Amino acid sequence: MKISYYPGCTLKYKAKNLETAALASLDALGIEVEEMDRWNCCGAVFSLANDDLIHMVGPVRNLLRAKEQGAEAIVTLCSMCYNTLARANLLMKNDPVKRDTINRFMDDEIDYFGEVEVYHFLNLIKNEIGWEAVQEKVKTPLTDLKVASYYGCTLQRPEEVGIEPIGKFSLMNELFSTLGAEIVTFDGADKCCGSYQVMCEEIGDNNAAAKVLSAASTNGAEALVTSCPLCEFNLGKQQDALLDKGRITETLPTLYFTQLLAISLGIASEELGLELNDAQVAQLLESKKLLVAA
Amino acid sequence: MTLPLNPQRVSVDSISKIKELSGENIKACMQCGTCTVACPMAEEMDFFPRKVMHFSQFGMLSRMEDINSYWKCASCHSCSVRCPRGIDIAKVMESLRLLVLRTNKNYIEPSQIPKEKLKEYPGIMMVAGFRKLTS
Ligand code: SF4
Ligand code: SF4
Repeated sequence: MKISYYPGCTLKYKAKNLETAALASLDALGIEVEEMDRWNCCGAVFSLANDDLIHMVGPVRNLLRAKEQGAEAIVTLCSMCYNTLARANLLMKNDPVKRDTINRFMDDEIDYFGEVEVYHFLNLIKNEIGWEAVQEKVKTPLTDLKVASYYGCTLQRPEEVGIEPIGKFSLMNELFSTLGAEIVTFDGADKCCGSYQVMCEEIGDNNAAAKVLSAASTNGAEALVTSCPLCEFNLGKQQDALLDKGRITETLPTLYFTQLLAISLGIASEELGLELNDAQVAQLLESKKLLVAA
Repeated sequence: MTLPLNPQRVSVDSISKIKELSGENIKACMQCGTCTVACPMAEEMDFFPRKVMHFSQFGMLSRMEDINSYWKCASCHSCSVRCPRGIDIAKVMESLRLLVLRTNKNYIEPSQIPKEKLKEYPGIMMVAGFRKLTS
């Protein structure tokens, strides 16, 4: 089965670390995925209005491009890209009237009927590789690291595109257990981090993020793990400001799931892109002796 | 607070506009407040989601003109997956935003955002924020 990799805009710039760690990990696991040609922005958010089809053109163009290039599935890392592409795909599969309008509007492209599957990277690791095969390749187990899996909104809602049923976080939890980490559960794994609302607020006023961080810290987490660059910004990069304003009482290093995967597969710290995370992430990993030099 | 039902209050036109845009049957709302409890942004809203649904049931668009509730909505769908009447409240919030945005009004002005902030923001946040909050 040909699976194309759809990176999305943010992974080429602010969240390069989400991508580089993933690609190095795939390499170590012996899996090849090719970045699709001529991809474009997915639109970041799925349009919720009945008459707003123009914003479907972006995600659908990616899907039909993948079909044109012979892919049976595309895989994404960013939760928001995953959500937007998966929902646009469902619409093209299930709504003949809207599908027809979109296909006719894009008359310079091939017709699309929802044939390409949309996977998140977590599904890909479980289904195409499997936890056992991952475990065999673990070189640096994450022993003594207490990890909280954070799904946020877009990996779970709405139900029809959730990577697993609402309230279940087994894909991440099983992955981190496989890598040797201790799992910390907390009431907040699927709570919103405040999303784009941070653009309307002063830095450090994001209470939604503060609640997620506090809930995970209270339960003893040493690291919070996400697959979304927006969550990483709100949760990881705003902590000093949240602390200054008294919204949280302790900080909690926040990183991408692909970075933890890469670390345990023995990938050199230079390839983890830690300079793009908040500085406390590197400090935590160093103190746990989890970093290996090239 | 329950709104009294009288002809002055109800705008049939506005109700059908919201219904048409959102595709949701807002009349099915039984005012249980589950959406408000689930909403991560409720504490920052002038009126909680339940109340916004109530205003919407009456088509009270002018009453909702200056409230911040639908602008504070983060489209997180926590409400939608819990509503016992199966209403996708996030879609109702989106239609209320669009009814304003389609008159060429912005909720945030991109040119007013300080450069230092723009440098920090991840791309998806700006695409998402500008899509939701500007016309
Ligand atoms: S949860 Fe549903 S039924 Fe209950 S108040 Fe909200 S919209 Fe109405
Ligand atoms: S979608 Fe909007 S209204 Fe509903 S819970 Fe999320 S922020 Fe609140």
